[in-house]
Amino acid sequence: MATVALENVGKVYPGGVEAVKGVTLDIPDGSFTVLLGPSGCGKSTLLRMIAGLETITTGTCRIADRIVNDVEPADRDIAMVFQNYALYPHMSVYDNMAYGLRNRRTPKDEIDRRVKDAARILAIGDYLDRKPRALSGGQRQRVALGRAIVRDPKVFLFDEPLSNLDAKLRVATRIELRKLHERLGTTSIYVTHDQVEAMTLGDRVVVMREGTVQQVGPPLELYNKPANTFVAGFIGSPPMNFADVSFTERDGRLVAEADSIQIVVPEPMRRRIGRSTGRTATLGIRPENLRIATPDADRSNAITGVVQVVEHLGAESLVAVDAGGHLLIAKADPTVAFASNETVRLTPDPEALHFFDSTSGAAL
Amino acid sequence: MEKRVVFRSAWLPYALLAPQLVITAVFFVWPASQALYQSVLLEDAFGLKSQFVWADNFTALFRNSDYVSSFGRTAVFSILVAGLAMGIALLLAVMADHVIRGATTYKTFLIWPYAVAPAVAGALWVFMFNPRIGIVAYAMHSFGYDWNHQIKGEDAFALITVAAVWKQISYNFVFFLAGLQAIPKSLLEAAAIDGAGPGKRFRSIVLPLISPTSFFLLVVNIVYAFFDTFGIVHATTSGGPAKATEILVYKVFNDGFIGLDLGSSAAQSVILMTIVILLTVVQFKYIERKVAY
Ligand SMILES: Nc1ncnc2c1ncn2[C@@H]1O[C@H](COP(=O)(O)OP(=O)(O)OP(=O)(O)O)[C@@H](O)[C@H]1O
Ligand SMILES: [Mg+2]
Repeated sequence: MATVALENVGKVYPGGVEAVKGVTLDIPDGSFTVLLGPSGCGKSTLLRMIAGLETITTGTCRIADRIVNDVEPADRDIAMVFQNYALYPHMSVYDNMAYGLRNRRTPKDEIDRRVKDAARILAIGDYLDRKPRALSGGQRQRVALGRAIVRDPKVFLFDEPLSNLDAKLRVATRIELRKLHERLGTTSIYVTHDQVEAMTLGDRVVVMREGTVQQVGPPLELYNKPANTFVAGFIGSPPMNFADVSFTERDGRLVAEADSIQIVVPEPMRRRIGRSTGRTATLGIRPENLRIATPDADRSNAITGVVQVVEHLGAESLVAVDAGGHLLIAKADPTVAFASNETVRLTPDPEALHFFDSTSGAAL
Repeated sequence: MEKRVVFRSAWLPYALLAPQLVITAVFFVWPASQALYQSVLLEDAFGLKSQFVWADNFTALFRNSDYVSSFGRTAVFSILVAGLAMGIALLLAVMADHVIRGATTYKTFLIWPYAVAPAVAGALWVFMFNPRIGIVAYAMHSFGYDWNHQIKGEDAFALITVAAVWKQISYNFVFFLAGLQAIPKSLLEAAAIDGAGPGKRFRSIVLPLISPTSFFLLVVNIVYAFFDTFGIVHATTSGGPAKATEILVYKVFNDGFIGLDLGSSAAQSVILMTIVILLTVVQFKYIERKVAY
């Protein structure tokens, strides 16, 4: 077990692509840290630099307080699970798992014990003699996990290991990964572009964008206190609604307003916004925090709009509302029926309002 | 579900197959059957009469020390050619696989020799190794080796081996490179993380994964050494000096067209034909059984 510490790590690929830009990140011992971001943001590159599969252009990478910039992957004491599993197709499941141990000259009976142990934990004991091609996707994925855990490394690295599984298996494997982590307690770094995976698996989530870290924190903190519009929009499904508003004082209250939007800013938030009148900002409000009110509700703290589309998901309905040019999504009770073009009033949960600087996008 | 094209008219499928069938019949079935027929006949010296002799032509061959030594020579030759051509090609392919800049140029140059006709390749090597005017012979003279493939049997044998290997490397290279590039990079990365150094990775991952390619090439190379090297031998040494480079396929030509011993020559072709058929059967069997590792 070990910490991983990145200091100002950057990667420029030959050809000039700057995939990772000055990332500083501390990954505590025993944590399950998820690198989350859209495709091409540099998460795999960062993970591969930690693994030693890519050279580090600038900065330093430490594993267990040792600088590993120039250490071979084999000597970093890490194990990696690849997206395509990368099982050796010509070796049996047993040999796949034993390969790393044999290369390290582990005694035969010790290898046997460890492989059998891992096979038991992952319930792949029945397939030990099979070749990978005779396994299903889910079983291959377990073998890949097994190959990582038999080595008992300091750090586990995962690069989107679940993305080749079907939706149901993905959920099941997610839970097992979590249980496995609780059992082994090994520091894990997990790359994904799927925010649900990140939120459910990670005890810390690192949101990345274009090679930079946007925010680091526990999943709920990212959900409740996103540092900027990018994080706010990336986490949560359906994504947070945004609207450009300007502030005005009215009757001693601070009001954020735009066409058909009038929202009273609650007191603690008002203090944070500070000098306000005439200032513009981006209002953020999650679909689950928008309630659809009766048309006679308080007009001075509401968003008025016209229903465009209603999507029925079973447990809830998603109502798309056009509020003066802003398309807002609200989660609604599925038993309430809406007609297209019906005028509705949306009231936000005052505790769940977010305001962001309209130029930098940083949270106010 | 298997997709089948259904032809409504009865003759169209046959019409479509006809060109290939005609070519096979004219250039393969007909000559092969003629060879078979000839191989059991004994013709008189003037080609006027022929007599049915059962397998006498074959038994005579195996009692003939010239033929037996040609057989041994061909075996050594094909092992050398297959081994060297494959070994060098694999080495080049591994290196080309690592090249990043200018990779296409390298690959193009490496593939060129394959486009050279065997006789032209032979002529090329004859010039370079010519004991009087050849540049390679000249270089060897200056190192103190008296190269003369026109007189020394082993020099001549080395010459046809080098020429045959040179010509086959390109072909092998293309297949090995394709085989190497078909190995997912992540496998080698996983092995690197698993503590395998470059040599170990090559032996335990790369070699087993390209073994189907290697086996295919082995058969192709042996067939090549047995048959397609005729042009090279003919252009460089004509089987000489003193039969030192007379491999089986050249002997067929020599005995049949120069010596005009048609029965023996036909019997030799039948033996060669049997060898190819056996090799091909082995290959198909193996490939069917073990498509991938
Ligand atoms: N070997 C390479 N050479 C040049 N550029 C590369 C290389 N690998 C990745 N890149 C570039 O670096 C950037 C980051 O790539 P990376 O693979 O880290 O993204 P990612 O966040 O893992 O995306 P995804 O979710 O699609 O896997 C991309 O712009 C990509 O095009
Ligand atoms: Mg990636």
